Amino acid sequence: MIIETNTHSKCLIKWAEKHKEAVVLSADLGSSCEIKEFLQVYPDRYFSMGIAEQNMVSWAAGLCREGYRPYLHTFGVFLYRRVLDQLEMSVTYPNLPVTFVGFLPGIMTPGGVSHQSTNDVAVLRNIPNMTIFDMGDATEIESILQVAHDVNGPVFIRMLRKDVPRLFPADKPLIFNKARTLSSGTDITIISSSICTEEAMRAVGVLKQKGLSIQHMHVSTLKPFTDPSIPRAIAKSKYGVITMENHVTIGGLGSAVADVIAEKGLGKKLIKIGIQDTYCHGASKMYLLKKYGLDAMTLIAAVEKLTGQKLGIKERDLAEIRFEDYTAV
Amino acid sequence: MEKRYTDAEISRVATKIRKHILRLAMERGGCYLSQACSSADIIASLYLKILNLGPSLGSMDAQPFPGVPSPKNMDYPKGSLYHGAPAKDKDRFFVSPAHYASVIYCALAECGRISREAIDKFNVDGWNMEMIGAEHSPGFECTAGSLGQTISIAAGTAHARKLQGDTGKVYVLLSDGEIEEGQVWEAFQAAAFYKLDNLVVYVDINGLQVEGYTKDVMNTEPLAERFEAFGAKAVPVDGHDVAALVKASKTAHAGKPLVVLCYTDSAHDVPLLEKRKPFLHFARIDADEMEQFKELYEQM
Repeated sequence: MIIETNTHSKCLIKWAEKHKEAVVLSADLGSSCEIKEFLQVYPDRYFSMGIAEQNMVSWAAGLCREGYRPYLHTFGVFLYRRVLDQLEMSVTYPNLPVTFVGFLPGIMTPGGVSHQSTNDVAVLRNIPNMTIFDMGDATEIESILQVAHDVNGPVFIRMLRKDVPRLFPADKPLIFNKARTLSSGTDITIISSSICTEEAMRAVGVLKQKGLSIQHMHVSTLKPFTDPSIPRAIAKSKYGVITMENHVTIGGLGSAVADVIAEKGLGKKLIKIGIQDTYCHGASKMYLLKKYGLDAMTLIAAVEKLTGQKLGIKERDLAEIRFEDYTAV
Repeated sequence: MEKRYTDAEISRVATKIRKHILRLAMERGGCYLSQACSSADIIASLYLKILNLGPSLGSMDAQPFPGVPSPKNMDYPKGSLYHGAPAKDKDRFFVSPAHYASVIYCALAECGRISREAIDKFNVDGWNMEMIGAEHSPGFECTAGSLGQTISIAAGTAHARKLQGDTGKVYVLLSDGEIEEGQVWEAFQAAAFYKLDNLVVYVDINGLQVEGYTKDVMNTEPLAERFEAFGAKAVPVDGHDVAALVKASKTAHAGKPLVVLCYTDSAHDVPLLEKRKPFLHFARIDADEMEQFKELYEQM
């Protein structure tokens, strides 16, 4: 598997070359959000706002009103939980094109509960005018600046940093509000997002070997959530649907899929894999994936539950887990 | 449009603004009247003498509510139209305490930027002249009802205008209660850091808030020292002295924002409110007081 490093940083520098209105605002964490190099290349377009996120969000709205395109950089958790009123009244109500680049989504930090952005999608999905993207790999990170720009309104990006795998072909960019079909089948539909897609991919091959017909789809646009290929896939799945997200299971991808099932009258069973109505603690990604049940083996168990079959799959049967070393908070 | 107003004329306009709002308070059972008492001289001075605004582009009449902003509704008439077309040499005026909306509408009317008849649509269902408006409301550049955010939006705007080399300034009307919000201090910290000498903030310090005197609810003084400590130039003035309000706008403030601390009286021009202090957030006029207030109204 190819691993790409600091993709967002490279893309933003390239983007800024063509888009003179693009400016970066950092709440003292730009360097921890891999854009240290942007400051070196464009010192006049990197606005240090200090550890003061509320002011940063409203300030960005002022810049936006004068024609700038602000890209706010800090950890995702500080871009929704701490600033929700500013986000809504200064930015989303007037529908201004401010881009919130929120790093360390879900469990992607050893920083513990204060640093883990675990209910952001639930909080942001009910906000009018807001668009939400969840990055799954390097190809998506390479696509997202253009896609977010074209939205021409407030955008929240759950961004992955540093070493990110390339799961999807480099020439197949993210398409707005369009799920990627990674495997086609009719027994079970698996819909995954963020880092859970890599986990699901580890399991799908083995599930197929066991004779199951698996539809696996990766979602990166969480709002809007109106891609017709989703209900089409769900409608034909014999046993039901499993969603898998790096987020609590209330209000995120799983809930969005539940709405689709109910509103379209599809009448399929749904198992929502994700963080089960709890806060998390600080530890490594591999530990947290297992502890909070976001991993491939949790998916295997869900498939067994839906099909009523024991599959006898062990961890060692799966594609190897990719070691990810992150110690930076 | 370019009439030169004397200080006495501006004071007279301020009294007329209060008179409109007293009428609304009598007709509608209540209004944000004390805010007019405290701020009308500041707002009249800004509109008639201090601000450099182009002719209004807003409708002279009140308008039906144009809908909330959305991807399908971005071209609705904005409240900022009443401040004229944005231009490099023109000023901008942000109102932070959205509860002062009635004062702004009446000031626009007295300055000829909206009709006096439009005031009749104040707080009437389905119209754009809400009691606490948003950026579609006449005179509002942004959605300001949640206190403490407008100063950051205005500072961001001033930052952008400085980068673009505009010569016009960004003015903000701030109220004193909202200074308790931490975001206001974050904004001044950053405005001083970015040396925003194109940012001018008029603060209506009436010393009252919903639950009583500001000094008892949450003391914010000494404000001049606090703003100076945060890197701004602070000038205290009598907020009912038009000459002082105008003179303060000319204070040199190279490399830093200017804050004009306007000390005001929430019963100014309406002494009947005096005995209600400190509970003047929303002034209701009951039937048994109506005659007294009517008498005062006729004299204004």
